Amino acid sequence: MRGCSNRSKQNQGKAVCMTNCPTLIVTVGLPARGKTYISKKLTRYLNWIGVPTREFNVGQYRRDFMKIYKSFEFFRPDNEEGLKIRQQCASAALNDVRQYLAEDGGQVAVFDATNTTRERRETIVQFAEQNGFKVFFVESVCEDPDVIQENIVQVKLCSPDYTNCNTDEAVEDFMQRIKCYENSYETLDEVLDRDLSYIKIIDVGQRYLVNRVLDHIQSRIVYYLMNIHITPRSIYLCRHGESELNVKGRIGGDSGLTTRGKQFAKKLAQFIQTQSIVDLKVWTSQMKRTIQTAEALAVPYEQWKALNEIDAGVCEEMMYEEIQESHPLEFALRDQDKYRYRYPKGESYEDLVQRLEPVIMELERQENVLVICHQAVMRCLLAYFLDKSAEELPYLKCPLHTVLKLTPVAYGCKVESISLNVDAVNTHREKPENVNVHRSAADALQTVPPHL
Amino acid sequence: MNSHLNLLQPLLQLPSASLFSSVPQFTNSPTLIVMVGLPARGKTYISKKLTRYLNWIGVSTKAFNVGEYRREATRSYNSYEFFSPDNTEAMEIRKTCVAAALKDVFTYLTRYQGQVAVFDATNTTPERRQVILSFAKDNGYKVFFVESICDDPEIIAENIKQVKLTSPDYTDCDKEEALVDFLKRIECYQQTYIPLDDDTDRNLSYIKIFNVGSRYLVNKVQDHIQSRIVYYLMNIHVTPRSIYLCRHGESELNLLGRIGGDPGLSHRGTKFASALGDYMRDQSISDLKVWTSHMKRTIQTAEFLGVQYEQWKALNEIDAGVCEEMTYEEIQEHFPEEFALRDQDKYRYRYPKGESYEDLVHRLEPVIMELERQENVLVICHQAAMRCLLAYFLNKSDDELPYLKCPLHTVLKLTPIAYGCKVESVFLNIEAVNTHRDRPEKKLKHVVLHAIKAPSEN
Repeated sequence: MRGCSNRSKQNQGKAVCMTNCPTLIVTVGLPARGKTYISKKLTRYLNWIGVPTREFNVGQYRRDFMKIYKSFEFFRPDNEEGLKIRQQCASAALNDVRQYLAEDGGQVAVFDATNTTRERRETIVQFAEQNGFKVFFVESVCEDPDVIQENIVQVKLCSPDYTNCNTDEAVEDFMQRIKCYENSYETLDEVLDRDLSYIKIIDVGQRYLVNRVLDHIQSRIVYYLMNIHITPRSIYLCRHGESELNVKGRIGGDSGLTTRGKQFAKKLAQFIQTQSIVDLKVWTSQMKRTIQTAEALAVPYEQWKALNEIDAGVCEEMMYEEIQESHPLEFALRDQDKYRYRYPKGESYEDLVQRLEPVIMELERQENVLVICHQAVMRCLLAYFLDKSAEELPYLKCPLHTVLKLTPVAYGCKVESISLNVDAVNTHREKPENVNVHRSAADALQTVPPHL
Repeated sequence: MNSHLNLLQPLLQLPSASLFSSVPQFTNSPTLIVMVGLPARGKTYISKKLTRYLNWIGVSTKAFNVGEYRREATRSYNSYEFFSPDNTEAMEIRKTCVAAALKDVFTYLTRYQGQVAVFDATNTTPERRQVILSFAKDNGYKVFFVESICDDPEIIAENIKQVKLTSPDYTDCDKEEALVDFLKRIECYQQTYIPLDDDTDRNLSYIKIFNVGSRYLVNKVQDHIQSRIVYYLMNIHVTPRSIYLCRHGESELNLLGRIGGDPGLSHRGTKFASALGDYMRDQSISDLKVWTSHMKRTIQTAEFLGVQYEQWKALNEIDAGVCEEMTYEEIQEHFPEEFALRDQDKYRYRYPKGESYEDLVHRLEPVIMELERQENVLVICHQAAMRCLLAYFLNKSDDELPYLKCPLHTVLKLTPIAYGCKVESVFLNIEAVNTHRDRPEKKLKHVVLHAIKAPSEN
């Protein structure tokens, strides 16, 4: 992550944060207001753009401690035993936060709990001050009963808390649980909390109140939160049809489709028709092979340079065999760290992620979209949606002539893989066993897929 | 001639895609941004800055300042009494000015296909805002309000000092008189000012900016462009600071007249780096951030400063693709058509397997956004990159951008003042080659081999 945080200007007895001090994001809100949804999504996004982030869900600590959930009575404000346990869980979670940010190299921690009283929030602010963390609150306020109902249906009913309940019982109990918090709920106040940094999200994004954004990362978080939505939709990812260079086993370049590639394009058009998608947007890169594929759909499409395939620099249009011959050292280094390795005069996967960030941001804003792109690019996008690590990302399987349909559900993403039944070469190269720079050519080429 | 047409052929077959743009065009209906706020709340500052930013990222935008229409209509300004709510004659004039401005908005958005118009006026009553909403509805424009609310008397006083006292309205007044009159002018509006209301205006799209950005209220963002506008407005600030732009020290390839590549500094380049260190220390800046690209020549330059610096890949020089490391003579020899095409439209022309200036702007947008957030920054970059950044700060058009002069060994110190930017050009007295290639004299309509105008070398 590029930008570094500025020195905190608030000097009234608070610890002065040095540049790049870690950030503690604190969720605020009644149950079923999307706090965990936001926490998980934000964590996924920050990790993808290269900011080490982890979420700490206090409910999870409570489940681990209590083993069994009986009923909403646990959450009653007059249940002293319950309060004590919940306090302990919050402390345990904060302790883990401290460990993660101060010792384990974390940059951002998301403290996911209701945090509905000013008193609880003040405790957290003090904790952060003592440890030199910046605090940013994310409050979700929503009174729309339909939204809350849908929320409960999607993520509460299948919670470990309700495994042995029927739907009606679970809903009833959960509603009571919410009531337990309502009386003591103190929303972030424009006056009383004017010195805090926060965003208040009202009615799932109809309105936002943003106060005292301190630095780059908080600004990016606000921008992200203001662009996400929960309207049901699907994102379709696929590669261009098989290209001339694909069949020759050559990487990169700007070649056209083979006959089979054109067949795929036609099949893609039919597939899209059968899906009967409302208001589908189609995006391609600015390379011939994705444009030719989109042309077969006979619908308007938009070209993004940012969707262009990874630039292989000096290795453009080479076969792996040729790369091994002319650049054996580079080839080995790439296998050692495929995510960070940058082709001479080219790009790395890490560069690609930077380049694709505006695409992801716009995908979040949009609804139904079909993205026709390339192998490395598709891996990066898929890693974002499926929360894959930097290590896994360059080895994700994205075969030609296969569409991945991603549908957000609960806290994640459902993936359907649809092969359109048109043969194509395999372009997937697994990590070979031997990545040593002195390895033999045979070892280096062990995993190269067959080609003409 | 044939080969020129062949180059365009694949592009011409593409439906809906903008012919030369490297970014998708997101605006369908035009957008009307409507400023709201009492006088001296920064409306014109925001209008101009936003307009500059949107044009730079490729969204055609124009600002319409009703105050200017009023100055046109009334010729000379007498006093604040013109703005008194019971001055019926003046009210008529002011209404006429609004109508005239809206007419020009219509011409810009509908006739000339502008994408965004910024309607800069106080718009402090729901009635006036309704007039604009109806106008927009009739013409199919999306409306986004930007309201600036400020009750900090110091900020208002500074505002008045910076931009009001020097306004054409007060050319013949002394400062004290002007200040008194302007404060009375504000009072005229205060009586009837009704800010956007969280409840009654909940179906409008708007952002409310409180006290120059300490707090924001954002309501019903409709689309991509509004989301970008909100992001931009939330990142700008008015804290005084300076931005220093310069190129790396002269490089080995500079000396050979070759473009691009990743060479190190020449001997003179290292002397410049050392001089740059001295210059920056003399500037005595608190908390200076130093940014470089990922290329050796900027990094080597920064190393001489002996301070921490951050590397941005986005600051790398324009990728000249197949022409990397060539001299202009060699480009003329191997790629004469490309060379000519570039001269025909240097902003949009993309080197084969390389980039265009337009691509560069897109790539640099996050740098600009972060520069807006920061305070004192020194950016050590490259000729094309520096031209793009400079064009943003000095509001230069696409046409001028690729020909802005950014010589080696010269620091440009940019200090925002009033509605623009003061530029100081500081040559650090270390000789270097000239790498600037002027616009060729004639714009050729068809490809013709012509003598190259290469930069003169020492």
